[in-house]
Amino acid sequence: MATFTLRVNGQNHPVDVEPDTPLLFVLSDDLALRGPKFGCGLGQCGSCTVMLKGEAVRSCITPVNTVGNSEITTLEGLGTLEKPHPIQQAFIDAQAVQCGFCVNGVIMSAKAYLDKNARASDADIRQALSGVLCRCGAHTRMMQAIRQYAQGVRR
Amino acid sequence: MKPHSKISRRNFMKGSAALVVGVGATGLVARFGLSPSASAAQGINGAPGNQLDSWIAIAADGKVTAYTGKCELGHGLHTAQTQLIAEELSVPFDRVTLLQCDTGVTPDQGTTSGAQSHPTNFNQANLALAGATAREVLTQRASARLNLPAQQLVARDGIVMSRTDASKRVSYGELVAGAKFGTALNTNASRKPQSEWSILGKPIKRPEIAAMVTGQFEYVHNVRVPGMLHGQVVRPPFVGATLERVDESSVRGMAGVVKVVTKKNFVGIVAEKPWQAIQAAAKLNVTWSRGPALPKHSSFHDTLRTQKPTRDTFTVNSKDVDEKIGGAAKVIKATYLYPYQMHGSFASSCAVADVQGERATIWSASQAVYPLRDSAALVLGLRPENVHVIFRLASGCYGCNGADPVSYDAALLSQAAGKRVRVQLSRKDEMAWENYGYAFVIDQRAGVDATGNIVSWDHVSWSAVMGGRPGGGNPGNVASGMLAGFEPAAFAARSPAPDPTNFGNMSNAVPSYVTGCVGTRCGGTGTIASQRVLTHNIRSPFFTGPLRSPERLQNTFAHESFMDEIAASLRVDPVDYRLRHLADPRLIHVLQEAAKLAKWEKRPSPRSGIARTGTVSGRGISCVLYEGNNGYCAVVAEVDVTQSTGAIVVKNLYIANDCGPISNPDGLNNQLEGGAIQGISRALLEEVTWDDEKVTSVDWRTYRPLYLGAEVPVIRTQLINAEGRAMGAGETAVTVVPAAIANAVFDATGARLRQIPFTPERVKAALAAR
Repeated sequence: MATFTLRVNGQNHPVDVEPDTPLLFVLSDDLALRGPKFGCGLGQCGSCTVMLKGEAVRSCITPVNTVGNSEITTLEGLGTLEKPHPIQQAFIDAQAVQCGFCVNGVIMSAKAYLDKNARASDADIRQALSGVLCRCGAHTRMMQAIRQYAQGVRR
Repeated sequence: MKPHSKISRRNFMKGSAALVVGVGATGLVARFGLSPSASAAQGINGAPGNQLDSWIAIAADGKVTAYTGKCELGHGLHTAQTQLIAEELSVPFDRVTLLQCDTGVTPDQGTTSGAQSHPTNFNQANLALAGATAREVLTQRASARLNLPAQQLVARDGIVMSRTDASKRVSYGELVAGAKFGTALNTNASRKPQSEWSILGKPIKRPEIAAMVTGQFEYVHNVRVPGMLHGQVVRPPFVGATLERVDESSVRGMAGVVKVVTKKNFVGIVAEKPWQAIQAAAKLNVTWSRGPALPKHSSFHDTLRTQKPTRDTFTVNSKDVDEKIGGAAKVIKATYLYPYQMHGSFASSCAVADVQGERATIWSASQAVYPLRDSAALVLGLRPENVHVIFRLASGCYGCNGADPVSYDAALLSQAAGKRVRVQLSRKDEMAWENYGYAFVIDQRAGVDATGNIVSWDHVSWSAVMGGRPGGGNPGNVASGMLAGFEPAAFAARSPAPDPTNFGNMSNAVPSYVTGCVGTRCGGTGTIASQRVLTHNIRSPFFTGPLRSPERLQNTFAHESFMDEIAASLRVDPVDYRLRHLADPRLIHVLQEAAKLAKWEKRPSPRSGIARTGTVSGRGISCVLYEGNNGYCAVVAEVDVTQSTGAIVVKNLYIANDCGPISNPDGLNNQLEGGAIQGISRALLEEVTWDDEKVTSVDWRTYRPLYLGAEVPVIRTQLINAEGRAMGAGETAVTVVPAAIANAVFDATGARLRQIPFTPERVKAALAAR
């Protein structure tokens, strides 16, 4: 075991874990966050995505001892139930969810990409989401929600 | 509403915006039953379903708590059921708290499956009847209290008042005051007429979505209880393997390891933290004996056709099929092949169990909390009444996924460790050991007369089965139950098939175009009187179970492809040709509506003047009455086929759906869209593979589904809001999409695809064979 201080959603969190523990387990178990989730544990579905220094990373294959004190943003760090972030609001408006389990990966991946590519085309956004999975088939609504958010960013 | 959706017959969307409610965190917690005891006005302890108190309680402040045994699975059912109760009771949507699927508090409604929740809870029974009975009882009590005849009273916003003098009024809270109703459901209670609906039938947003997209929602994966440890299972490396030895010393001294657990062939590890459990499970030295060699994947459809023994069933048999086909002007034959596919739930399955002595509590995403209570009791050796199962949503299940087996896993590890244990399966354990959707071989044969009408239809299928939903008594129907020492339900061979005695649609084994006559009763939707439907089951080497539209999808792919092949051989329009052989007016209506929505051009397939190279476009149609009685759907698919690569892109889908009265049009659209996209993934990509000893589809690289990067179609829907009986809509679209794609590819290229999935290699082979 070793101690680390993680900076998550603007706050410092000291944790005592095995150094090679994937960041996901620290976030979901030690910090009890519900945004990043275990979908495959292999970096293949996007469910565990967080933003690390503004980049979308797969926390299930990111050992906790590699993140230092870099700023980590999770889905909870974007907005709240009472005041959702505009991309979260776009998903609510479009009801772009079925079971909702994949939506963390979809929102975090899309936001990280659009933060740096505000003028991205639909094809660009799809390319950015090419490694993100949804099994319920909410693809069309999710793209609609992302498009709506992207239009707001551009204005 | 989305711009691409239209609702026909009634314009009932006016003024609905005011009903879209915002729900704060507290409301959401109560709504999803995270704390049943806090919000239940009265405790209902798994009571039988004929008492009103089993379904509805009204507190002194007028808040309504309703109880349902049909669970939210990501399909919007929780919102629709809340709308139902609010409507029947004439109270605002956000005054109703609906508690779902908890053996401590909700009625036993079996399994939430098979698009049966609307038929069960939205017609003159169960939850809907409870709402209607409660309004009737409240009106009667108000009549006595106000000294006015009941017919002069009206219920609004939880208040019963005089129709002519609003000052004469009494609230539900005053009438009930938190007490029990103490009355049975009245089977004759009047449902509120659809024409008067102001809450049901509206596109009310699902309140939990706000919590999901902000990371606040509690899935079963997020359940955390004090003192909880983490388990991992060690599944056998081969199908049919048995345990020889576990070397516990191989994990001795590893950080956090609490216990190694074995029971028959079940092996698992309990550790303090999830990562510790995962590492220890990987390191644990376990010796297994090999199982028997698996049948070859490449020739498995031949195995299906030839393996003995079989279980044979005639669904219809007019006993003149050979004669009619023998005398037909033209005979058409085709064989369709379908692979094993997996539920492949997005999140590997998870459960939390707390087994202490004679009692157990299990937090599970099972679709069947009461059956799981009983089967888990068998696994644990406890009395069913001492097992409490509490539903929590997981990722979409689409049928019998890993939710039940992982509940046994957690329960077995908790029992052995004497601690609360959470288990989330690895991706590989989820995929290699789940209950796959059925592989099929389907032979179709039809005789056509000189005028081009089908005079006889002959259908023979072979499919493999083992296990399935465990129900209350067969934990061996899923992997962990079998490993723990229970057998799958016995395979009951039967050959030859007995004559049918009653008509059953048999999961759409019966084509839509036959009369479905058994004796003097006819249950079909078509006109063809000469008909034979024979199905053969064999024992599967892998666990199987219901996967969204079980058998209905496989059969409908074969029927709707075959109907297109017959129409093409006669050079007639595929819509017209279907209409010539259909008798059911509602099935005819959805077919016509889908064609109209797609601006269907009347002509035979394939289109004329097809270019043999480059990207070409085509359209195809398909329709179904799901299970013969539970939802009408038709779809037109427009596809592009790139002939050099064999790639298919579905550009547009036009769906017409009639499931009776619509509870929530946006929820219905979401189901149709999701089913359609899943149908594309199933048709184009998904197939379980194996070698001679094990399943080799173990992650998203070896079982490739439709990612968000894929080009997906624009989906337009026509929702037909019919009166009468509420039917299911969760499985209609997925059922019709694969055949519509195959028919569209044929229209574009003249090449017929008869084996799912339509991989580029298979498309290129079909193109080469033109």
